[in-house]
Amino acid sequence: MKKGWKDLAIGTQIKKAGSSEDFKTGDWRTEKPIIDFDKCIHCLICWVYCPDSSIIVKDGKVEGVNYDFCKGCGICAEECPKDAISMKSDT
Amino acid sequence: MEKMIVAKTGNEAMAEAMRQINPDVVAAYPITPATEVVQLFSKFVADGRVDTEFVPVESEHSALSACVGAAAAGGRVMTSTASQGLALMHEVLFIAAGLRLPIVICEVNRSLSGPINIHCDHSDTMAARDSGWIQLYSEDSQEAYNNTIQAMKIAEKVFLPAMVTADAFIISHSLERLELIPDEEVQSFLGKHQKPYDLLDLDNPITLGGLDLQDYFFEHKRQEIEAMKDAKEAIIEVGKEFGKIFGTEYGFFEKYRMDDADIAIITLGSSAGTTKVVVDALRKQGKKAGLLKIRVFRPFANKELKKEIENLKAVAVLDRADGMSSFGGPVFHEVRSCMYESEKKPLTKNYIYGLGGRDIFPEDIETVYNDLYKDVEKGKIENLINYLGVRE
Repeated sequence: MKKGWKDLAIGTQIKKAGSSEDFKTGDWRTEKPIIDFDKCIHCLICWVYCPDSSIIVKDGKVEGVNYDFCKGCGICAEECPKDAISMKSDT
Repeated sequence: MEKMIVAKTGNEAMAEAMRQINPDVVAAYPITPATEVVQLFSKFVADGRVDTEFVPVESEHSALSACVGAAAAGGRVMTSTASQGLALMHEVLFIAAGLRLPIVICEVNRSLSGPINIHCDHSDTMAARDSGWIQLYSEDSQEAYNNTIQAMKIAEKVFLPAMVTADAFIISHSLERLELIPDEEVQSFLGKHQKPYDLLDLDNPITLGGLDLQDYFFEHKRQEIEAMKDAKEAIIEVGKEFGKIFGTEYGFFEKYRMDDADIAIITLGSSAGTTKVVVDALRKQGKKAGLLKIRVFRPFANKELKKEIENLKAVAVLDRADGMSSFGGPVFHEVRSCMYESEKKPLTKNYIYGLGGRDIFPEDIETVYNDLYKDVEKGKIENLINYLGVRE
């Protein structure tokens, strides 16, 4: 629940460090990347290129996309050497 | 308490008030006709008479930006400027108010270019009227001095910046009798510096000036609007306290022979002094003329103003700036608007005067009162918007 004006700290202060994590930018998206794990070779090129650090990688393996922050730019799909990522309408 | 009687110009008076306030930081860039304020203050710094960190900057934009940084870091901060200087500060004015920083500007009212001019009108501060700064207008050096001291305290009560204005040359460069409050009395009146937050408080780190989009910007602005509402109370409170300790009480207005007046002029700044002379002369002729001097333009005391003027027959609002709306000046708009709810509306007209330092004489003011009487006789306003002292 977002605070009303009476409860906000004055002068635009943000008192919590790292609060940009709470600012979900995923809803800016009109298309979402879908990973086909039958084709994915875990080369991590998508992870390197993603400007929003939204490719989830664990132990050197691509696990999925963090849709809270993925803005749907499509760079991962463009760069994937195996065409394992496709962009689907997300409106 | 022993007050010292001295002869000082408006600029000297404001510099003196700044010295007595002894701010932590002053960042300033000199500009005619406020140059002296900065120059005198830098001498106080060089002579070790203040503890202030003085930052000589390369422009007014930088001056106010440095003030914003210093105030956000928890300092008591002041600066001084005029005209183009205030215009160059314009975008930072809104930032200072938005971040709720209690900075005080000693502002000398000078016409904005173009054409270029160095003399008095109110176009500079009127262009900043919607920036979120408290605005106190001064009639003379004494008021410029008294307002500066009060502005610091008001600003720190509501965490909004404040500008104190003094008319170019008419006040800034005219030598007048001035009553100075002892240094220690100024300090005890102001009390401990109040700050909204402190960027140097490393135990409680904060972020300031973050991107504030559709989801929070409106709430922050709503807070700022509320602070401006609260400023009304703070101004009255501080004005009363000032009166109690130093003898002259201040409020939103000065009412001059208004008790039984049937017509009045509303004005702000030094022309109020000229108007008083005319009021006295008209009173000797048995005419019930009055003057309502507006001291506080931001916040605008609309309810209080309505009460003061609703029983008059006619009112002339004098504006030393034109809003270029083709519908009169900014003071006129506020006055006329706040009478809309009143059942007893006095005839209200506007006079634009004194642009670019054009002198306004007692004879000009007398014309205004005489016009008002003619309007009262006819029961209607002859000309809504008038230009006083301009060649046709």
